[in-house]
Amino acid sequence: MQEVLKKNPTEKRILAPRESRKTIGNITVPKPRMVCRNVNVHYGDKQAIRNVSIDIGRNEVLAMIGPSGCGKSTFLRCLNRMNDTIDSCHVTGEILFDGRNIYDASVDVVPLRAQIGMVFQKPNPFPKSIYENIAWAPRIHGIVESKSDADEIVETSLQKAGLWEEVKERLDQPGTSLSGGQQQRLCIARAIAVSPEVILMDEPCSALDPIATAKIEDLIEELRTQYTIAIVTHSMQQASRVSQRTAFFHLGDLIEVGTTETIFTKPSHQLTEDYITGRYG
Amino acid sequence: MNKSNKQAGAGSSGTSRRERTIDIVNKRLEKRYRKEKRFRLYGMLSIIASVLFLAFLLTSIVSNGYSAFWQTYIKLDVQLDPDMIDKEDPGRSNYQGIIKQAIGAYYPEVKDRKERRELYSLFSSGAAFQLRDEVLKNPAVVGTTLSLWVLADDDVDMLMKGHIKRNVPENERRLNDKQLQWIAKLEAGKRIEERFNTTFFTAGDSREPELAGIWGAVKGSFYTMLVTLALSFPIGIAAAVYLEEFAPKNLATDFIEVNINNLAAVPSIVFGLLGLAVFLNFFGMPRSTPLVGGIVLMLMTLPTIIIASRAALKAVPPSIREAAFGVGSSKLQVVTSHVLPLALPGMLTGTIIGMAQALGETAPLLMIGMVAFIVDIPGGFTDPAAVMPVQIYLWADSPERAFVERTSAAIMVLLAFLISMNALAVVMRKRFERRW
Repeated sequence: MQEVLKKNPTEKRILAPRESRKTIGNITVPKPRMVCRNVNVHYGDKQAIRNVSIDIGRNEVLAMIGPSGCGKSTFLRCLNRMNDTIDSCHVTGEILFDGRNIYDASVDVVPLRAQIGMVFQKPNPFPKSIYENIAWAPRIHGIVESKSDADEIVETSLQKAGLWEEVKERLDQPGTSLSGGQQQRLCIARAIAVSPEVILMDEPCSALDPIATAKIEDLIEELRTQYTIAIVTHSMQQASRVSQRTAFFHLGDLIEVGTTETIFTKPSHQLTEDYITGRYG
Repeated sequence: MNKSNKQAGAGSSGTSRRERTIDIVNKRLEKRYRKEKRFRLYGMLSIIASVLFLAFLLTSIVSNGYSAFWQTYIKLDVQLDPDMIDKEDPGRSNYQGIIKQAIGAYYPEVKDRKERRELYSLFSSGAAFQLRDEVLKNPAVVGTTLSLWVLADDDVDMLMKGHIKRNVPENERRLNDKQLQWIAKLEAGKRIEERFNTTFFTAGDSREPELAGIWGAVKGSFYTMLVTLALSFPIGIAAAVYLEEFAPKNLATDFIEVNINNLAAVPSIVFGLLGLAVFLNFFGMPRSTPLVGGIVLMLMTLPTIIIASRAALKAVPPSIREAAFGVGSSKLQVVTSHVLPLALPGMLTGTIIGMAQALGETAPLLMIGMVAFIVDIPGGFTDPAAVMPVQIYLWADSPERAFVERTSAAIMVLLAFLISMNALAVVMRKRFERRW
């Protein structure tokens, strides 16, 4: 389906001409945690994100959905400047975090990423022990000084990630020895360990089986009370289960934003309707 | 089988003339397997060929060289007349004379001056030093008759090892008939035998084959390798890490990269010329020393280490870097805590290759004077020294028959040095290697 879409983007269902690809729905929320305005991303000459503006509220889960190559992952990676590691990537526009543009020259990316953590598509624990996976980041930031502090942060992080009971007996074993779902929760625990304010999740369940996925989804629901979460997902069921607001991306444009309920029951854009009803994507 | 399948396929499809897919697959299957078989055969042939060449090389070296580990000694009864030993300074006595006396005493029938000279030439000039060492070690032997196994001359050694034939005409061999008779007398008296050649493993170079040893070159190589390793490993890895992890990708870094790749292909003698011009002439560093040799070889090894280290750094999965960046680590923390430990085994492999290359290198060292004839065993980085490949080259160039087997033996020592160096590196790599 996605292949068809790529080969034939001017499928007859895409009725709106290019000028009408303006974002539908309310992009603002009261007291936002992050504010994105007119974000454009280029990879070399290719534009991946076009004029995206959206707010991310406190204690909410924002789901980003859309067909492959629509730019949702790219947009997510802009939120903690993960795209800096790609040389050809160029970001313009404003992304405000605590009132400051994170792309401002004065912003240091190191503390920024400590505040805006990230969980990746493929579980990527460090090739170190489970304990070290959690304790390393707090240690480099100087959050923990003593061994007992580190022990405590390891335990609370693993508990928050719902992994403590499963691994408390074998903290010295390699993180890569865990199952896929456990590894992903370890990565979430690792992100939590530095007490971020926002957690970005890039398709965190795409490599996991349904049981592990259910566990992660429960975890996201729990984490929402303390953190702001932005999640990119391919699964519309997952988006409807875990998120409060949903943003639909298509070919680099933010097509529609709204509460998850609205998007999934009464979408306002033809593209959104087609996507969530499974006509493509 | 191919044919029957085709028929069955044709039968089942009835009137349809189209072949079933499985028949098309089966038809080509045999050809595909034949191709694979042929490919495997080529691979096996090339392995067999290289193993054969290696076996041939090793057997020729070992069969030529093993005899150098033995050396002919002659038993001599030396009468140590106290009058002939200097009381003040026993080291300065005329030991040569004492040895000659002892030889003369065993062959009282040889009177003629020319004949006596021929007789003395059966014994190594090192015999006098052996006697001196005995006396200095134990002064109580003065005044007694000492029964001493002294080194035979290399011609005698070659005769005993069968490299000089007794049955060829007199003018075609290096020992004349009289000398053969004298040796026969020694054999009859059981005064001549082959013993383990400790000299070869403890002495430096010498013009006399029986006095020449490899130890000076081993130590020279060791000091040179130490300098090379101490300089090229940290510099190479720092350069690789900077270029791979920190440097911006622009024209300047591209230029540097191209130059590093080119340097790896530069003939090694060019590095020797550079060493001669810069280190010896400009900086005035001491000639023929492991210090300069090590620096020159460092220049030669650097490109190898940098290229291998960059490949190792590139092979570290980007997901690990992303994970570390994602929790807010700085670039240096990502590199030191996560990337370097994962890349280290690959970097060590590159270093092993570079060092092995450096160990076997002769050409650049010729230019900085390490080809000199050096008898003394080097005691440090600034003592004149030879290295093993240069020693092998020098001995291979020497006319004496006894140096032939020593050349092969030196190659064996060089190989042993190389193997132990590599084994050490493999052990270290295993320790750093983390499979999780």
